[in-house]
Amino acid sequence: MQIPYTLQFINLLAALLLLIAFAMLAQRRILSLINLFAWQGALLALSTFIVAYSTNQHHLYYSAGLTLLLKVMLLPYLLHRLIHRLNVRWDVETLINIPTTMLVGIALVIFSFNLAAPISQLAEGITRGLIGIALACVLLSLLMMLTRRKAVSQVVAFLSLENGLFFAATSATQGMPLVVELGIALDVLVATFIFGVFFFQIRETFDSLDITHMEKLKDD
Amino acid sequence: MIDLQLLALLLIPLLGGGLLAVFGSRKWAAELNSLMSFFTFAASVVLTVRVVDSGPQVAFNEQFFIDQFNVFLVALTAFVAFTTSLFSRPYMRIEQHHGKLTTGMLHLYYSMYQLFTFAMLVALTTNNMGIVWVAMEAATLTTVLLVSLYRTPASLEAAWKYFILCGVGIALALFGTILLYFAAERVLGQGGTALLWTHLNQVKGDLEPTVLKLAFIFLLVGYGTKIGLVPLHSWLPDAHAEGPTPVSAVLSGLLLNVALCAVVRSKVLVDGSLGTHFAGNLMMGFGLLSVLVASFSLFRQKDIKRMFAYSSIEHMGLITFAFGMGGPVATFAGMLHMTVHSLTKSAIFFAVGHAVQKVGTQQMDSIRGLLQVSPTVGWGLALGTFAILGMPPFGVFASEFLIITTAMHEYPWATPILLVSLGVAFAAIFGKIQPIVFGETTAKPLPHSPALIPVFAHLLLVLMLGLYMPPYLADWYRQAAALLG
Repeated sequence: MQIPYTLQFINLLAALLLLIAFAMLAQRRILSLINLFAWQGALLALSTFIVAYSTNQHHLYYSAGLTLLLKVMLLPYLLHRLIHRLNVRWDVETLINIPTTMLVGIALVIFSFNLAAPISQLAEGITRGLIGIALACVLLSLLMMLTRRKAVSQVVAFLSLENGLFFAATSATQGMPLVVELGIALDVLVATFIFGVFFFQIRETFDSLDITHMEKLKDD
Repeated sequence: MIDLQLLALLLIPLLGGGLLAVFGSRKWAAELNSLMSFFTFAASVVLTVRVVDSGPQVAFNEQFFIDQFNVFLVALTAFVAFTTSLFSRPYMRIEQHHGKLTTGMLHLYYSMYQLFTFAMLVALTTNNMGIVWVAMEAATLTTVLLVSLYRTPASLEAAWKYFILCGVGIALALFGTILLYFAAERVLGQGGTALLWTHLNQVKGDLEPTVLKLAFIFLLVGYGTKIGLVPLHSWLPDAHAEGPTPVSAVLSGLLLNVALCAVVRSKVLVDGSLGTHFAGNLMMGFGLLSVLVASFSLFRQKDIKRMFAYSSIEHMGLITFAFGMGGPVATFAGMLHMTVHSLTKSAIFFAVGHAVQKVGTQQMDSIRGLLQVSPTVGWGLALGTFAILGMPPFGVFASEFLIITTAMHEYPWATPILLVSLGVAFAAIFGKIQPIVFGETTAKPLPHSPALIPVFAHLLLVLMLGLYMPPYLADWYRQAAALLG
């Protein structure tokens, strides 16, 4: 059976998304991390657009547009401004043991493919089998949150987690209802603003954006 | 008609948020805050009477759904939000007098307080499982800046932890919601209706069980982070201890309930689809673990607000366990326990807040002899502690008794765990509170008189629920329990 070109293209984009998730896991420079995040958003918008085109779902065009606006332009722009004003533009994070992190990441990918296997079999239409990749992206972002020690990179990880979820929504279900998607987009935007406020408060109080300073609260 | 009543309920706090965003720095902002909360409460009473009399209803093109179960939480939320606003009026003034807060911070506090109420009410009344998620996230966003209101290093750390952990947790819940939609779409078709709970509930038998199983795990872990279920609870004690006390009271008394409501709604769908007790068993497991771990952690606490935060984890575990057991009696007991826990715990936080203001520290070793400083604060704390520990004749005793007897009947193996945990919690809390209330003191009086009417109003209600439950209320709760099955 001939696989339609659109599906092949979406599969390619999914693979690239996974690749970017790994690249983010290993990226030490904050500036490059934000650029990777923007690329992830661009791939996401493109794949949503193609799903919209091939399934003829009108509301997906809106959400592709929304993704482009929010995740490729607005959020990276805000983050760029933030790191500029915080003067952490050229910061390099010391990451311990990148090879181990990568290996854990591969294990997570295998795990999520296994977890998603029974669901993928149920999926119909053009996007079957992409749920595994989406779940892998989500788990890789979680892993990134665990390994990072800088507030800014944790936030980028948080936002890319949301990208993974969005990909799951478009690939598995051809998009959530528009009202829900708008709500989610609004929440993400507000969250980014609040994170921004937090960066300044944290830096004012601790003189650094290193969250290792913030591990003092314990049960005693 | 129902549309109008619901609109009033939701628009009042939203309007309040807007008004206080403009006038939050004025002298009368605290009064405006209480007034808006009072109107919200009045609207909730009107809605409650209507729903209890004429049964479940949908509104606004089925986007909202109200039945006896969520209207009970709506009424509870609006009531505690109102009394907390009464409490916060003098409390926040004293904090300002002590130089801990500026007018700008209060401005933020008042407008966020109203928006937080709004987000919770939306999460409770919406019929759309996607909007539940959006509103829960909004509730986190409105409270995160309140937790860090004092801008101390500890409060910033607590807020950051709250933000990140709840953000991740709730992201997992979104994945669960996506899976739910994936299963629903195959039965209900594309478009808006596939996430509506009422529609899902009608077709739950046809939903794909394997997908729903996985979806429920994600939903439980996600919303469970917000409920504070062990092992996802680590944000909760920090946020409760470091935030301002009115925020601790509403987080503990209300937000946890709202998250639990989302889990209970999902459970009804999942167990209906599987035809087994899978979701209930998971909830029972998480619930028991929370009760056990939280009560043993109580001993190690030195900070008074932290200790009562752990007590909240314990009680939420107990409620999750009760809803997990299911059946009319356990569900009834779970709802009753939700009510009395919210009332008692917020009353305790009110008393603790004033006690801490008098003494100037949250360290329990340094708080002594509250009865000498202020008999009302002392008795408020003492009676609240008795109530939360499940002493008769308070209502907590009645609900715990019901939960434990049902457990004995249905799941005998769980009873020893529950009894040991409750015993340990009793010993820990009582041992620590006793010298705080009775004992010698050196504290100074407060610049403003404390607000103790909310404390005693709550405790009186809890006492009443323990001694006599009005038939109207009992009937209402029974109907709600029957709906959840």
